[in-house]
Amino acid sequence: MKDVYTITGAHSAAHAMRQINPDVVPVYPISPQTPIAETFAQFVADGKVDSELIRVESEHSAMSAAVGASAAGARVMTATAANGLALMIEIVNVASGTRCPMVMNVANRAIGGPINIHCDHSDSMLARDLGWIQIYCESNQEVYDYNLIAIRLSEHSDVLLPTMVMQDGFITTHTIENVQLLDDNKVKKFVGEYKPKHPLLDVKHPVTAGSFELQYAYFETKRQEEDAIQQAKKVFPQICKELSKITGRNYGYFEEYMLDDAEVVIIVSSSTAGTAKAVVDKMREQGKKVGLLKIIMFRPFPYKEIEDAIKHVQNVAVLDRSYSFGANAPLHAEIKNALFDSAQKPSIHSYIYGLGGREIFEDDIEKIYNDLLKGDTGKETRYINCWGDEF
Amino acid sequence: MNFKEYIDKPEKFTPGHRTCSGCGIPTVVRAVLAATDNPIVVSNATGCLEVSTTMNPFTNWNVSYIHNAFENAAATLSGVEAAYRSLKKQGKIKQDIKFVAFGGDGGTYDIGLQSLSGTLERGHDIVYVCYDNEGYMNTGGQRSSASPFGSSTTTDPAGKVRSGKQEFKKSFTDIAAAHNIPYVAQASIGNWIDMIKKAEKAFAVEGPAVLNILSPCILFWKIPTDSAVQLSKLAYETNFWPLFEVEDGNYKLNHNPKNRKPIEEWMKPQGRFKHLLGDKKLIKKIQDHVDESFEKLKARCGVE
Repeated sequence: MKDVYTITGAHSAAHAMRQINPDVVPVYPISPQTPIAETFAQFVADGKVDSELIRVESEHSAMSAAVGASAAGARVMTATAANGLALMIEIVNVASGTRCPMVMNVANRAIGGPINIHCDHSDSMLARDLGWIQIYCESNQEVYDYNLIAIRLSEHSDVLLPTMVMQDGFITTHTIENVQLLDDNKVKKFVGEYKPKHPLLDVKHPVTAGSFELQYAYFETKRQEEDAIQQAKKVFPQICKELSKITGRNYGYFEEYMLDDAEVVIIVSSSTAGTAKAVVDKMREQGKKVGLLKIIMFRPFPYKEIEDAIKHVQNVAVLDRSYSFGANAPLHAEIKNALFDSAQKPSIHSYIYGLGGREIFEDDIEKIYNDLLKGDTGKETRYINCWGDEF
Repeated sequence: MNFKEYIDKPEKFTPGHRTCSGCGIPTVVRAVLAATDNPIVVSNATGCLEVSTTMNPFTNWNVSYIHNAFENAAATLSGVEAAYRSLKKQGKIKQDIKFVAFGGDGGTYDIGLQSLSGTLERGHDIVYVCYDNEGYMNTGGQRSSASPFGSSTTTDPAGKVRSGKQEFKKSFTDIAAAHNIPYVAQASIGNWIDMIKKAEKAFAVEGPAVLNILSPCILFWKIPTDSAVQLSKLAYETNFWPLFEVEDGNYKLNHNPKNRKPIEEWMKPQGRFKHLLGDKKLIKKIQDHVDESFEKLKARCGVE
């Protein structure tokens, strides 16, 4: 049977959802997420899933219904982007605080204003400190694979936290690539059946969910949430390994590309990592010792593992596709945190790129590598292809 | 069933909660929960009811209960109900479960209106109950779109140049009815049997139902603790809060007083109207609005 399909990132997410067959999918349209919702809606219309699709009137209600359904004991998935994620953010925090497992596909897009529909990571970075697991995908294949991993991770009894699976808006959601889809039954077996611990629908054992907690209890509840996300870090490699046995592909907190003997390294997530790999290949042929570390899991953040992977390097450039206004950009700040206690550490440089869908080309990445090799980095943040800024 | 038979049913909402003495809300909740013998899942908006009944590690709910946030009790319940339909379809659940949401007027008329409207439009099989105490009472008696004209609230207080709220109450029950859902009713804790019969009808229909129930607030209506039921009676005897229901789009008046009492009788015992009791012009304006609104309602109900 044919198992490689030429499909978009959005279709990859929708097919993963079809095979996972969630009980409930509340979703609201927003570009560039819409092809995920539309493709899945067709699966519902064709009777290919058991899911109840709730066509809500807003993202706020999408996340509200997702929390209700998850607490009820259902397997839940949804999808969103940009301002939609911003609108649901109040309940995004309730989902993790109420320990509701679910998977949300995020088609990364700039949040307004000014309004813009193209890719950057300001939407999911807005949600980085809200108790969700965050996974950033480079390719359509990763979108598919990490959806399967994410549902297992979220529903793991030591975790019980929601997970966001990110793909770059338009760049990944709307671009076709070859994707290997597993046999439906293999996925069914891999994800298993969700057995919730204390579902609302177990009416013989009533529970009170989302109760009122003041000074005497709130802190401990939040402390448990932190323990849970640390558990997610422990459980994640086990689930990755299990899927790896089926697909033959490797998964992890991050991907190391020509890193072992690299003198200079770029750290970046998502589709831009693909562009960077092409540059690494080209420069390696020229004998230049350049490498790449592609971030996959951003929450929980793998500090120790990243420290071990890059402490030997001389110069590192961290590429962020979002701001943290008035502070170090999100990924840059985490990389600095990871290296702070290290006896041996590289010099770390911050680059901002791609906001609102601004292009980044191989030439740009080659220039960064060459600057790193020359030691021409400076202490200031550099802006790639931003008018008025030399880079 | 008579009153005694209802109150002899096993309690799904237990004593020991922290609502104020004389508060109308527990009366609403107990009546609604007594109106079905099926298992129930409750969704509750942030507000008086939620904070006074779910103080972790305590709970007053002997049924499954979820609180999510302020504005989304309906959307949350729509997710619970969809989970139920999905799991039932897959043969994973056998029982017939009922779903009910409780929200105050802030969580219903104002911040939760969109979430509720979406839930009603999508046709979920749920009952939504608004306990209307005419303001944001949990946060200290602020003005909502359900606060009545002339009432002094903490964000629209009576002062030297302004006599409290200058807008009439929103007709939320009519807004709910405009969704063309199977059942909508307006009730009052002053008529317990009418209220519980309406709750029974709401659970019986297939699809969404809305109950809007007037529930006096002791603190911010500034009334004695033993007066909530009496004032709720006066509310419909003055036609300020008429009792009516809308079944499949057909309006029906449940109480048509031969001689409606003057609105002043309802306002007088309430400290929140104290500042305007001597103002004949304003009282007339309120009385005219009550009478006109009631005439319009009668016309919709086909009552002469």
